[in-house]
Formats: sequence, structure tokens, C-alpha cells
Amino acid sequence: MSPPDRLPGRPPWVLLVPALAGLAFLVLPLIGLLVRAPWSTLGTRLVQGQVLDALRLSLITATLATCLCLVLGVPLAWTLARVRFPGVRIVRALVTVPLVLPPVVGGVALLLVLGRRGLIGGWLDGTFGITFPFTTAGVVLAEAFVAMPFLVISVEGALRAADLRYEEAAATLGAGRWTIFRRVTLPLVAPGVAAGAILCWARALGEFGATITFAGNFPGRTQTMPLAVYLALETDPQAAIVLSIVMLAVSVVVLAALRDRWVGNT
Amino acid sequence: MFKRTAVTVTLLLAALAGCGDVDDGPSGAGKGEDGGGKTLTVFAAASLTETFTSLGKTFESAHPGVKVRFNFGGSSTLAQQITQGAPADVFASASPATMKTVTDAGDASGQPQVFTKNRLVIAIPEDNPGKVAKVSDLSRPGLKVVLCAVQVPCGAAAKTALGAAGVEVEPVSREKDVKAVLTKVTLGEADAGLVYRTDAKAAGGKVTGIEFPEAAKAINDYPIAEVAKAPQSALAKEFIQLVRGAQGKAALGRAGFEAP
Repeated sequence: MSPPDRLPGRPPWVLLVPALAGLAFLVLPLIGLLVRAPWSTLGTRLVQGQVLDALRLSLITATLATCLCLVLGVPLAWTLARVRFPGVRIVRALVTVPLVLPPVVGGVALLLVLGRRGLIGGWLDGTFGITFPFTTAGVVLAEAFVAMPFLVISVEGALRAADLRYEEAAATLGAGRWTIFRRVTLPLVAPGVAAGAILCWARALGEFGATITFAGNFPGRTQTMPLAVYLALETDPQAAIVLSIVMLAVSVVVLAALRDRWVGNT
Repeated sequence: MFKRTAVTVTLLLAALAGCGDVDDGPSGAGKGEDGGGKTLTVFAAASLTETFTSLGKTFESAHPGVKVRFNFGGSSTLAQQITQGAPADVFASASPATMKTVTDAGDASGQPQVFTKNRLVIAIPEDNPGKVAKVSDLSRPGLKVVLCAVQVPCGAAAKTALGAAGVEVEPVSREKDVKAVLTKVTLGEADAGLVYRTDAKAAGGKVTGIEFPEAAKAINDYPIAEVAKAPQSALAKEFIQLVRGAQGKAALGRAGFEAP
């Protein structure tokens, strides 16, 4: 039923050479890290200090941030792809703002809105006594802010590529729009949602600038792996390399496992 | 063909690297003579940004045709860049420990000289929501205090000063550098933070700096040295003389630094 995914014949050199150069460009820095790693002391470095705390916090916050992005981002992507309204182009451009904004600026912007004296944060603090800066919830917010565009863009792309006729057929059979979304649209674009969620999780895991600016840095509460790596670099570059390798290893394992399960073959 | 590509790539990288530099704007004295002019490259701690930029202009007007380029950043980052071979002429660090990593690697020429000092003050937002008046107030439960991480010089200094004062502080955050502490105080997210006197001064009226006597136990020395393989060795020596001379002392004093 599905068309063959490979054409016969040799791949042309014009594409193959830059492809290999591109791969080398992405992989060589990684090899640099592995070559310089202090392998003999790796074990002892791992058990000491706050490495495990930071790793655990990173995994938890990146996962929660991805959940938050799914809850808010999938409906947003659906609205952009399926609802006609004036200014849709501007809204689409606004969604990508966190991609171009330097993350540190994103962190300051979050402080101005959700900080203790922020536009909304001031009210939250005054009415409910809720503050985000210096809390784990603040880390999740900062990561979600930076990572959500990745999810929205991939889900919107999947929605636009999906065949509208299935949704039309469901509508002629009397299904409401919510039922269509739940029973037809979502299963149809599930691989796109999964790919978007994976990108989103990976970006959240590596987030540094917005997190340290908005949530600060405190071991066990707001110190994620990238923050721990940055501070280790100040005094002990070897430790920073160890931390980076741990983070890379964990993320590669998780991403490989999830890709196989959700996105299917290859 | 390959050579040309290599040249293009080098130019591109150079252009990218140039993005981080402070542009001296139209006042650069040697603008018209760039072709034959020399460029002095100074790596300096972020806290020296304002002072060194103005001293750089003084230097340029005294040396027609010479352009001074600055790379301001965290001292330890700069030290790493130098030991990894970055082409610098002068290195001015905010702590002797980071300067030591450069001298230990054999990348400094001669003995580094301490040219100025800085001390910590308690920075509070202008409306002082935490009612902080003295160093012992910092241990009050519920008060949001931010400090530098102990890995960076301002954090090590804060630890020493608070230890000398016998005050135990449980901060809500250990920031990556002193400017990050200042941001949290300026925006009112933190009730108090420990920053250098020069930072509190540079923030204008947005924060108030409270001096405390125990800060004298954690004075930060700023050493300066010529880099071993300085491309502009003679100019480097002259720039260090300017910084350590009367004009340098005056500019540093205006920014809140103390004489060595």
C-alpha cells in the first residue's frame, strides 16, 4: 500500500558530499568531548556532588514542560491550521518569537510578566501568594516558553499536510468538531505530534539562558544539568565534560527509544 | 579551490567572532588609517567594561592609528580562551585565581600586577521591600537573598565576607555571575544580594548599596598582565602603564574601585 521509500540508483555526489560534511560538522564536537573526557575518574565524579540531583531535575522538568506544551501547543497549532481568522499570519509569526529571542532575554521577559513584580505575577503573588522565580515550577515555565514553538510548528505542519477529506467525511456523517478532532484529526497527525513532542523535550532538556534568568540556580530545586555544566566549567572543566557526556548519553538513549516507539520505522 | 574555501570559512568565522566585540563607534581615532594601523586586543573582566572602554578611547587618541579592541566577559571564561590560544595582548582579571590559571599555563609575560580592588556591598531594591539595613538582616527567614555561585569569584568573596560576619545565609539562588545577581535585585525579584560596589554604582538609582565592615575580609584584587605571545607587545606594555597610572586610577576611582 505505501509507496517504496527509496528510488533505485546511486545517490548523486552533489548531495552525498555536503551530506557527509554536514554530518561531520555535527558529530565532530561530540567526538571532541569524548576524546577529552577523563575516563579514568568518570565513575567517582559521577557519584559525587549534585550530578544525580541535577539530572533528575532536568528529566522531570523537561517532561513536565513537554506536557504543558502539548496541552497548550496542540490546540494552538490546530487553530492556526484549521481556523480562518484575520491576522493569522501575524499570530503564526508571533508563535516563533521564542525561537529568535535570545533565551536570556526570554528569561527577563518572563520575569517582567510572571515575576514577583510582573504584570501577572504581581497579582498572583498578592492574591494567592504564588511566585514562580526560584521555584521548580519556574524552571518548567522557562523551558516550556522556549520549547513550545518547536511543537507548534511541527504539529501545524502535520495538520496542513493531512488529508482534509477524512475530516469532511466525518462531518457529513454528523460528527461534531470536537469529536472529529479527537477521533479523526489527532490519530491522523499522531506521528507529527510525537515528533514535535520529542523536539520540544530535547530543547527543554538543553535549556539554559531562560531557566537561569527566570528561575535562578539552586541545587535540587532549580539547578538543571545545563546550569550545573556551566558552573562546573568555571572551576573544573573536566567535571563539565563528564556532566555533558552524562546528559548527552541520557538524551540520546531516551530519544532513540521514543523515536522507535512513536514515530515508527527506521 | 580548497584554499579559497578555507579563506572564506576563516573570514566567516572571524566575522562571527567579531560579533561579540564592543564596537567603539565613530570615536575610534584611527578609523581612517585602519589599513596600516595596529590593533591592541584587551581581554578584561566584565566589571571593567565602562572604565576600560573609556580608557581605550584615551589610549587611541594618544596613539593615532592604533585601535583598541575589547573582549569583556567572565574572568574564568577569558582565562580559558587565552590558554586555548586566543590572540590577546592584555589580560585584566577580576581575581588572582583566574590569573593564576593563565600564568600556570605559561601564557602571561612577566609577573601580573594588581591594579585595583573591589569590595562587596549589600544591594537592595530602591524601595527595600525586605527592610534590609545591615548584614545580619540577611539571615532572616523568608527573606529572598541571591548570591553568586561559589564557583565564580563573587561567590567565593561572598562566602568569605558572610563567614567573617558570622551570618548564615540560605540564598534562594546562586547566580552565574554578579550581573545576574544585580538583575534579580533591580527587578525586585530578590530582597537583597551581594554585589561589588562598582556594580551597585553602575545600576544608578535602581539599587542601593549598603557597605558592611566584614566586606574588608574579602577584597577582590584585580591583576593585569601582558599575554605571553602578545602580537602587540609594546602597545600592551603602554596600555598597562595607562591603567596603572594617574589617568587609570582616576577612571577606576570614578567607577567605585579602590586603589590597590
